[in-house]
Amino acid sequence: MGFYDNFLTETHRMFRDTATRFAKEEIRPHVDAWEEAGEFPRELYFSAAKAGILGVGFDEEIGGSGGNAMAGVMVIEGLMQGGSAGVCAGLGSLGIALPPIVQSGDQNLIDRFARPALRGETIGALAITEPNTGSDVAAVSTRATLEGDHFVVNGAKLFITSGVRADFLTTLVRTGDDPHGGLSFLVIETNRDGVTTSAPLKKHGWWASDTAEIGFEDVRVPSKNLVGAEGSGFFTLMGNFQNERLALATYGVATAELALNEALRYSQEREAFGRPIKGFQVTRHKLVDMKTRITAVKTLVYQIAHRMEAGEFLVEEVSMAKNLAAELAVDVCFDAVQLHGGMGYMRESLVERLSRDARLLPIGGGTQEVMKEIIAKQMGL
Amino acid sequence: MKILTTVKRVTDPDMKVRIQPDQSGIVTEGVEYKMNSFDEYGVEEAITLKEAHGGEVVVVSIGPGAATKELRTAMAMGADRAILVETDADLDSDAVARVLAEVVGREEPDVIIMGKQAVDSDRSQTPQILGSYLNWPQATFAYKVEIEDGWAVVGREVDGGTATKRIKLPGIISADLRLNEPRYASLPGIMKAKRKPLETLTPDDLGVDIAPKVKVLNYEAPEERGAGEMVDDVDDLINRLKDEARVI
Ligand SMILES: Cc1cc2nc3c(=O)[nH]c(=O)nc-3n(C[C@H](O)[C@H](O)[C@H](O)COP(=O)(O)OP(=O)(O)OC[C@H]3O[C@@H](n4cnc5c(N)ncnc54)[C@H](O)[C@@H]3O)c2cc1C
Repeated sequence: MGFYDNFLTETHRMFRDTATRFAKEEIRPHVDAWEEAGEFPRELYFSAAKAGILGVGFDEEIGGSGGNAMAGVMVIEGLMQGGSAGVCAGLGSLGIALPPIVQSGDQNLIDRFARPALRGETIGALAITEPNTGSDVAAVSTRATLEGDHFVVNGAKLFITSGVRADFLTTLVRTGDDPHGGLSFLVIETNRDGVTTSAPLKKHGWWASDTAEIGFEDVRVPSKNLVGAEGSGFFTLMGNFQNERLALATYGVATAELALNEALRYSQEREAFGRPIKGFQVTRHKLVDMKTRITAVKTLVYQIAHRMEAGEFLVEEVSMAKNLAAELAVDVCFDAVQLHGGMGYMRESLVERLSRDARLLPIGGGTQEVMKEIIAKQMGL
Repeated sequence: MKILTTVKRVTDPDMKVRIQPDQSGIVTEGVEYKMNSFDEYGVEEAITLKEAHGGEVVVVSIGPGAATKELRTAMAMGADRAILVETDADLDSDAVARVLAEVVGREEPDVIIMGKQAVDSDRSQTPQILGSYLNWPQATFAYKVEIEDGWAVVGREVDGGTATKRIKLPGIISADLRLNEPRYASLPGIMKAKRKPLETLTPDDLGVDIAPKVKVLNYEAPEERGAGEMVDDVDDLINRLKDEARVI
């Protein structure tokens, strides 16, 4: 019996097995080169789609693979065995770009955008953040003005994952003046006139994932690209944050587990003062603390995924898990680098990459402080 | 053509194995299990042959109830149905072969494709023992399989090269790792596999006494590898391989 067995079904494990095998065969052998190059080949979307990995959490009727919250956790855990959160984030951008489209039930949009992306033929991205606003979503100012049967879009989006290569952007735009009720989702194809895409932004971590700034200047977008009802954007976004935050919490746990494994291996191999460094009590205790915290946070993440799968809406707990897992990853990676000494500072060490990648987790998908504001509200503070 | 293929549930070969303090076996707490990798080649070949020649792929495992995962994985890859002969007992290769012989008696396949060995025990015996119980021809360590008019032409890995063997069917083929590239158990395939038939039997149902003839007395971990040493140059390396390691 494994400690987490009560959360996992046979199907969950099979999903993880497939994602793990994919990571070991298709990602890990190339990952160092991709990280240094700042991108991975587009074909990876195609092979991931073929293995059904891109489709996790989407219905089989629209070309998905089925599965629910825990299935998503399993796939991320498996993919992270490739050793690059950037590759996972790049491959996974459809996981945040498609839900608003799919939930709208609009067959035209599903056929044009969801199905090809699930086949790995096109790349989708979610565009919320702007140069002047991130946490404060209600301050989004990219404007879409209806002119006949077209919207005319002006504004800019920043830090968009997969944005450099994206074929379409599920974009949060302002269609009205009400801070919340004036926001809508509009799918914008990146080959439309007036869309400009930056070169890949140079980042602290997530190197293999292309991140872009995107500008819109009088971009004409057919009104049939509006997702759901006009003015429903903010509420759709808030609903989908649960899954994104669960995913980021899973990245955190998986990152910490990889870092612990590296630290265990290195502290066995590396000798100082005539013994392996794990011979020092201070080292052993550090490794013990890492494992103890990982076990606690992973249990919480699994518990939440398990309950979400049963249909619960766990705003407060997901926010807690996201913060705990992000801090876990940052701290465990810090200690894992420390245990590696100078080698931990070298790019050839996996912990060096993990420690950079981990730093994104308290920022992306809602900052640590924003999570705390959400929890405070839930607590009635 | 009816193809029977076998899968064994083994400990994840990428995990570090630890031995129980009393040396009675390995520590299983927290261990993940997978399909034996040589069986993945066997299953892939079975499915490829079915795609080319039509028929049915039946996948069999002998082991604990949890081995349904490995059977469903084979069905997710494309096998049509599965049989689990459920037992928690320690099995030797002979017991496995005798159980399989009974399954073969019921199923009457045209060809059996198995992994050449299991990556946990590394014995490489079961296909050969099964061949002798059934009195069927066998072609082991296959890197290439072609079926023509009731015969299988099998390219085999042998010491120092390859050999080709032609066996009359029904016969047994064991898969080596150059045979093919096993497809993924795709996620939609996994969902479909949930609805494919899986029959559970016991060794008793088949009338097989699985009491082992080979008993493992104890398990020991190999000696831990010491730290590496840097050599000055190639001459130094050669001298030390000669004088210290005595391998050349
Ligand atoms: C690698 C990467 C990938 C990304 N991918 C995407 C993507 O695909 N799509 C997308 O839309 N966005 C993406 N983002 C953007 C990300 O979601 C934002 O960076 C994040 O939400 C924070 O917004 P901001 O950067 O504008 O920070 P700000 O909102 O400017 O925050 C600055 C600081 O102020 C704090 N702060 C803000 N409000 C409060 C408050 N009320 N109380 C206390 N403190 C507060 C914040 O916590 C933070 O510490 C990505 C970012 C990165 C780094």
